[in-house]
Amino acid sequence: MARQPFIVDFLKNDKGGKIFVSILLVTMFVVPALNLLVPADSFFHVPTYTVTLLGKYLSYAMLAIALDLVWGYCGILSLGHAAFFALGGYAMGMYLMRQIGDRGVYGNTELPDFMVFLNWTELPWYWQGFDMFWFAMIMVILVPGLLALVFGWLAFRARVTGVYLSIITQALTYALLLAFFMNELGFGGNNGLTDFKDILGYDLQADTTRVSLFFLSALFLILTYFLCRFIITSKLGRVVVAIRDAEDRTRFIGYKVESFKLWIFVLSAMIAGVAGALFVPQVGIINPGEFSPLNSIELVVWVAIGGRATLYGAALGAVIVNYSKSYLTAAFPEVWLFALGGLFLLVTIFMPKGVIGLWNQMRLKLQGKKQPIAENKIE
Amino acid sequence: MTLSSRKNIQILLSLIFIAMLSAGYSAAALADSIEPKTETSVAIVISFEVATASLTAGSYSDREQVIKKLYTVDDERVLPVLQQMLKSKLYYIKKTKQLVFIKKIDGSYKTTSILNNEDAGLFEKNKLKKVKVNNKLRRLLRGYIAQLGLKSTDDAVRKAAVKQLLKNINAETIAVLQVLDKKETNSSIKELVAAGVSIWNLSSNDKATQLASIKALSKSLVPEVKLKLQEIIEDTEDATIKKAAISSLKKIDSKISIFGFLENLVFGLSLGSVLLLIAVGLAITFGVMGVINMAHGELMMLGAYTTFVVQQMLPNHITASIFISIPLAFLVAGAFGVAIERFVIRYLYGRPLETLLATFGISLILQQLVRSVFGPTNQAVQTPAFMSGSLEINSIFAITYNRLYIFIFAIVVLLLLMLILKKTRLGLQVRAVSQNRTMAKAMGVKSEWVDAMTFGLGSGIAGVAGVALSQLTNVGPNLGQAYIIDSFMVVVFGGVGNLLGTFVGAMSLGVFNKFLEPWSGAVLAKILVLVFIILFIQKRPRGLFPKKGRGVED
Repeated sequence: MARQPFIVDFLKNDKGGKIFVSILLVTMFVVPALNLLVPADSFFHVPTYTVTLLGKYLSYAMLAIALDLVWGYCGILSLGHAAFFALGGYAMGMYLMRQIGDRGVYGNTELPDFMVFLNWTELPWYWQGFDMFWFAMIMVILVPGLLALVFGWLAFRARVTGVYLSIITQALTYALLLAFFMNELGFGGNNGLTDFKDILGYDLQADTTRVSLFFLSALFLILTYFLCRFIITSKLGRVVVAIRDAEDRTRFIGYKVESFKLWIFVLSAMIAGVAGALFVPQVGIINPGEFSPLNSIELVVWVAIGGRATLYGAALGAVIVNYSKSYLTAAFPEVWLFALGGLFLLVTIFMPKGVIGLWNQMRLKLQGKKQPIAENKIE
Repeated sequence: MTLSSRKNIQILLSLIFIAMLSAGYSAAALADSIEPKTETSVAIVISFEVATASLTAGSYSDREQVIKKLYTVDDERVLPVLQQMLKSKLYYIKKTKQLVFIKKIDGSYKTTSILNNEDAGLFEKNKLKKVKVNNKLRRLLRGYIAQLGLKSTDDAVRKAAVKQLLKNINAETIAVLQVLDKKETNSSIKELVAAGVSIWNLSSNDKATQLASIKALSKSLVPEVKLKLQEIIEDTEDATIKKAAISSLKKIDSKISIFGFLENLVFGLSLGSVLLLIAVGLAITFGVMGVINMAHGELMMLGAYTTFVVQQMLPNHITASIFISIPLAFLVAGAFGVAIERFVIRYLYGRPLETLLATFGISLILQQLVRSVFGPTNQAVQTPAFMSGSLEINSIFAITYNRLYIFIFAIVVLLLLMLILKKTRLGLQVRAVSQNRTMAKAMGVKSEWVDAMTFGLGSGIAGVAGVALSQLTNVGPNLGQAYIIDSFMVVVFGGVGNLLGTFVGAMSLGVFNKFLEPWSGAVLAKILVLVFIILFIQKRPRGLFPKKGRGVED
């Protein structure tokens, strides 16, 4: 089969992707319009709170796509992916912290409040430059990328695979969790970074800023989808899937498995970092809790529920789980953990391909077709 | 007036020696009066009631006299009064001048009479007046409280009193200590007293005495000795004394560093035994069966809650309840384990990552279950008497009994488990199935039954570990989560499918952690251990003791 240009392939073959992108395109214009143009007392008005909540879900969806890229397509189950998300978030948080300037409680122009509180006299070297937006944005991508590069290089070169890899990624995020809790590290310890005022001069509390952040989240989600879709349909993507299905055979054919894995892992960490940077200004806080191993495992569940190796399925899973979490924790706080735990069991035992897989199965049944013999094997 | 002579006088009566008191309770008088003399002739008998009554009036110096009188009254009610006075918690009712202890209840004060400990009624703050003390009185009170403590029959109280006295050594305290020493039978208290006497002898004018006592002090590990020797090294002008002091100090320092090392080692092994307990169940479920059981922590939590429930049912038999809890926790957690295996895990063999997710789901459900049944707060599990207290080797080195027993317990659990795996029929079948399932089946092993039993065994052991954890940490819904990562680290570090590896892994990680701690602090030590494991896995991806042979690449 001759390779088609990416855009042609997308329009011809990626039906799910087309639906996904269209829905996003509609939301990204309609929701801001309903918020800004429709009067507040109208039935159709979308409150800013909801816009921000949706923005939060979209950044989670982006994180889920990042994990799907490594887990669904490369078979690397990272139980520490939220760490990259949190690192991106911290880089953004540091920029927002520097923007507070002398509006903090202590009114110190040079130092953030928590440093004044700890009696620090000057800004640590690793905080230098974060008052510049472009520098902070480079760090959002660079820091998670570098960590993934070092960690992945060590792990993949030593052929740490499967369960072992999952457990050491968990150790990684746990170690970071403990480290960021320490006041001495200079990232605000237990309280993290919060009390942000504005971004690029725009007030973070203003409706227009919040709507713009939502718009950006949707835009970046679409771009991420295109990027990941482009990669997995490329030749490199084919090799990556081959590694997932038969690592040793791919190696014996002559591919350098470690390099491919590393490439995908680092890219995925960078996407997670960007998702974190979009998340922080919308929720207004970043603290060490984001590094908690529980978060990373929850993230895995989003992807599993949505359906692995589909990209849009991961995004769908993130939105479904987080919406039900918002709803259940408010309406029936007792039930939430039962529901989440039950969902885990249900998905792993009865629908290993997630919601998307279930949907495809039902569609095939309705059309009276038999299941295709050679399906995309997962693991 | 020695302690022995004082003891002979009847309760509520005592002697007061006016001559001595007027000399300000002088040291010389005390030292001289070790043998009973004829002061009794000038004694006025004074009762507790009379002595305390005059506390409500007068100046600080008047009160000082009253306290001195009170000290000589041989009455068990004296000590609490002095203690409360020191804490500024002794009050009197303005109207009746009755002296009372107070306890704050909802804004007003519940009072109890100091005379008979009976309720004296509820009062507003402004109806009460405090018996005020100043720093001079506080100093006096502290000394007296310590000296009264020496009379206690409780070894620990007496020891604390001696330690308090050592902080301020003078002729008076030495006299008291020497009197105590004559009757004392506890060797560690005798050691403290000897150290105190040697310190006192240092200030004598006789050089030979000084040198002898410096030499004697080199055997002592009491903290005050070190301070005193350092003081001498700085102050003395005599070269021989200085030299002797330096060599004594060196001996002490080397002993302290040895015991410091031992202490780290013991703490490390103790942490290691906890790690061993939490990991050994996982070594079965994860190590032997290859099931990544994220609900392992919650199975331990079930064990801990079993202990709590048993204690609630037997509130008067705390010691017995612990021993009942151990088999019961094994059964409870084991039953949950078998259920988890039958209803969930058996559908997921060969898909380790799915198992991980499913068992994590189970862990969330179990957490919420416990939260719904017992409430979200931590439950208080009591420690049996035989586990409290500590084994004191010397004044700077002690092992608490709960560390000791948990260490022994962990080893016993490990040995039992090894015995089960090596010597029983079930163990044989477990090993057969884990090595080659098809072949085992062909030989007539019911592999499904073995799977359920193995998982139940691992889960039951987790429950037993939970009983031990209930003695160490808070029993709450989050107990499991706190330990799950540690237990995985131990199993992975030790090498999967190898109980000996788990043992070595747990102990070395525990000791490694504790030796890092003084240098880096607790949190950083933990981070360093995690980083170490991450790096270690790169070097040896299959742990310390990897599986060998054909089954490796499963």
